[in-house]
Amino acid sequence: MPEPTESHVRESLDPAYRFDDYRSTLLRAPHQALVVPPPGLTELTGPQFGEGDVRDTDADLTVHSDGEPIGERIIVHGRVADRDGRPIRRSLIELWQANAAGRYIHAIDQHPAPLDPHFTGAGRCLTDDDGRYRFTTIKPGPYPWRNHDNAWRPAHIHFSLFGRAFTQRLVTQMYFPGDPLFYQDPIYNSVRDEHARKRLVSAYDHATTVEEWATGYRFDIVLGGADATPFEDGGDLR
Amino acid sequence: MTFSYEQHDVVASAGPTPSQTVGPFFHYALPYDAGPRLAGAGRAGAITLSGRVLDGEGAPIPDAMVEIWQADEQGQLESVGVHGEVGADGFRNFGRCETTADGGYRFRTVKPGAVQTMDGVQQAPHVAMSVFARGLLRQVVTRVYFDDEPTANATDPLLAAVAPDRRATLTATGGDGGYRFDVRVQGVDETVFLDVFAR
Repeated sequence: MPEPTESHVRESLDPAYRFDDYRSTLLRAPHQALVVPPPGLTELTGPQFGEGDVRDTDADLTVHSDGEPIGERIIVHGRVADRDGRPIRRSLIELWQANAAGRYIHAIDQHPAPLDPHFTGAGRCLTDDDGRYRFTTIKPGPYPWRNHDNAWRPAHIHFSLFGRAFTQRLVTQMYFPGDPLFYQDPIYNSVRDEHARKRLVSAYDHATTVEEWATGYRFDIVLGGADATPFEDGGDLR
Repeated sequence: MTFSYEQHDVVASAGPTPSQTVGPFFHYALPYDAGPRLAGAGRAGAITLSGRVLDGEGAPIPDAMVEIWQADEQGQLESVGVHGEVGADGFRNFGRCETTADGGYRFRTVKPGAVQTMDGVQQAPHVAMSVFARGLLRQVVTRVYFDDEPTANATDPLLAAVAPDRRATLTATGGDGGYRFDVRVQGVDETVFLDVFAR
């Protein structure tokens, strides 16, 4: 089988499909080189979103039940932009995570940590006209997995973003600053460029921390990939 | 075995946010009932587009998520909203379907009209498809063409750029009002995957 080639790597900053330390890639990473299609409208467009895609409470994961979830209440916010700094407006963000004990509500998660009857760990929102988003949630716990001996995932929140085009679709994970588990996690370290890898780590944001209520974290997201949307005006750049 | 990756005290550089795997636990957050139904039950000419997602040993991938984005019959790509059911004869351009235990997915959609390249070159009708899964550090992206469009396929610029012996991996096979398209992420008959990000 031919080995993966450089064309598997988005600007050399995305993880390659195959990363041997993450065992699940061994039978799932493509071996053949990627083919670059002629730029076509299908890939350069994507869905637009409306109010029917979110409810007001979807962005607050602490109010999805009749009781308060257990754990450290946090605010996660940031701005979504394209590589030119233009805001990604009115675009859907989906988020999911483990609870404070490191347990997902998912049926196949067998980690013997407690479920929280007041926390599902799923949320959504639309970015605003400046590309900004804001979630209220509970800080997720780390959890064990079976990739290698005594393997633990650093605490993380999964993010799914659409951007303006199929080419900008991104699923990623947000981490927390200073996590002691980074050094042994092959998923985080599958991004080999350390400066790019650090883009996956949120920053503690005291300006967002709400007194007597919740600590704040900022996670800005840049979506690579072109799209067919023309510049609206020169003043849009920032 | 344990790992110990070097970690330096560096500052993030500017640039796109890297991808990370969707992991095994997305099911309670991402799929939704209406996701596989792009076309309403009464839509004239509605088709099914179904298949399996298979790994490098030909085993089903039961924890994948398939997404499609495509034009309508007239080649239009305008869609507002992805949630909720479409009307009886309605259509939206986006679909999402998690795979079943046998790696299967199934969409109800329409056969798309032709969409040109940005340079105005005619392309054969196609559906853009992404697959996300545990073990995929980022999604794989492909196109679904249709085997009953031999004339259009013969002049499609992407199909022309693919080695002839791999073109069939991009073509859905029709029959009984449905089209079948398997995704083989690795190995024998590996699906042709596209780099649509780096432009």
